[in-house]
Amino acid sequence: MVTTTTIDKASILGILETVTDPEIPVLTIADLGILRDVVINGENINVIITPTYNGCPAMDMIAMNIRMALLEHGYKNITVASVLSPAWTTDWMTEEGKQKLKEYGIAPPVTRSDDPSDREIECPQCHSTNTRLISEFGSTACKALYQCNDCKEPFDHFKCH
Amino acid sequence: MNALIDYILHLADTTLILSQRNSEWCGHGPILEQDIAITNISLDLLGQSRNFYQYAAQLLNNSTEGNKAPSPGGEGVGAEVTEDSLAYLRKEREYKNLLLVEQPNGDWGQTILRQYLFSQYQYLLFEQLQHYSDEQLAAIAAKSLKETRYHVRWSSEWVLRLGDGTGESHDRMLKAIDELWRYTGEMFMPASYENSLNIDPAALKKAWEEKVNTLFTEASLPVPEKVFMQSGGKTGTHTEQLGFILTELQYMQRAYPNCEW
Repeated sequence: MVTTTTIDKASILGILETVTDPEIPVLTIADLGILRDVVINGENINVIITPTYNGCPAMDMIAMNIRMALLEHGYKNITVASVLSPAWTTDWMTEEGKQKLKEYGIAPPVTRSDDPSDREIECPQCHSTNTRLISEFGSTACKALYQCNDCKEPFDHFKCH
Repeated sequence: MNALIDYILHLADTTLILSQRNSEWCGHGPILEQDIAITNISLDLLGQSRNFYQYAAQLLNNSTEGNKAPSPGGEGVGAEVTEDSLAYLRKEREYKNLLLVEQPNGDWGQTILRQYLFSQYQYLLFEQLQHYSDEQLAAIAAKSLKETRYHVRWSSEWVLRLGDGTGESHDRMLKAIDELWRYTGEMFMPASYENSLNIDPAALKKAWEEKVNTLFTEASLPVPEKVFMQSGGKTGTHTEQLGFILTELQYMQRAYPNCEW
């Protein structure tokens, strides 16, 4: 519980480390690059997040989970603000996040978002790069659907965006 | 200020109505992957429209004209304007969407062509708007542009596949062009609120035509010449189609005011 009136940003960030994406529960909002900043003003905590895709339905739930996590630790004056600029990009995803995605069975974004070159997408199951795009639109807005030509396994690829 | 609000509502209504149209395909797409693709695009457009509506609501609530400006169905006068009141409680004549996006889905070819003609325009427009002097409008445009890029690519591939596909798919694309082309001119005719904001959609026309010509040529499709262009959507004069969409879209809020679920 909070006993002093001075709120420490590092401990807030520590709590926010436990908030994950409801669609991809292995990734925290920090791994995803959704968490942009925490501004502390006296007893008020303003958490600033940015949406991945405009229509991503997970954003409302993420905002609620942020609030819940902080409330559980005794913080009260919490606002969650969403900013659009600069626009979110997968370049903000942490290396650790990419590794976690791969272990979870989702091929992580491989190049910088502004690199238009053809990308070799590695199968997260057998690590073959002999894979093909099935659809640019997958189970969520941020993913495309691929299939491995070697082990035949279909898999999600987190798009470079 | 009013011109800015009108323009934002025009962008919001256009993306909402196209989203609503595309969502009619949910569960009816020709194959599962394409059902998912069109509904993903629908979701992107809905997200874009929410950004625009939220911004319009904020400006309306802050302005001295306040909540009197667009009558939220007459009922909520004096109440706070929200993204929901703007989408669910405005009438047909208050909607400012492009005529193109309210046209029926038709077959898959017509839906694809509508998406392509619009996305190609939206891409060029947002490329400009991301540098516009109003920061929030620029931010929404920059954010949305990244999604529109997928929509252009996906719909271009389908125009090519169907135009240059079988005899039947080619014929259906010809019909789709015949059906939709007359609604494309409006995109480039500035409404008075666009003029007031120094936003000139006519300046996008040449680049749009070049893109469309290149794709149509590759897809063995003819580019129509001299067609009378319909207009009016930007200022609230719609085809008969919009009323049916709003009837469905607004039904719950009209039947059960303020219901939530």
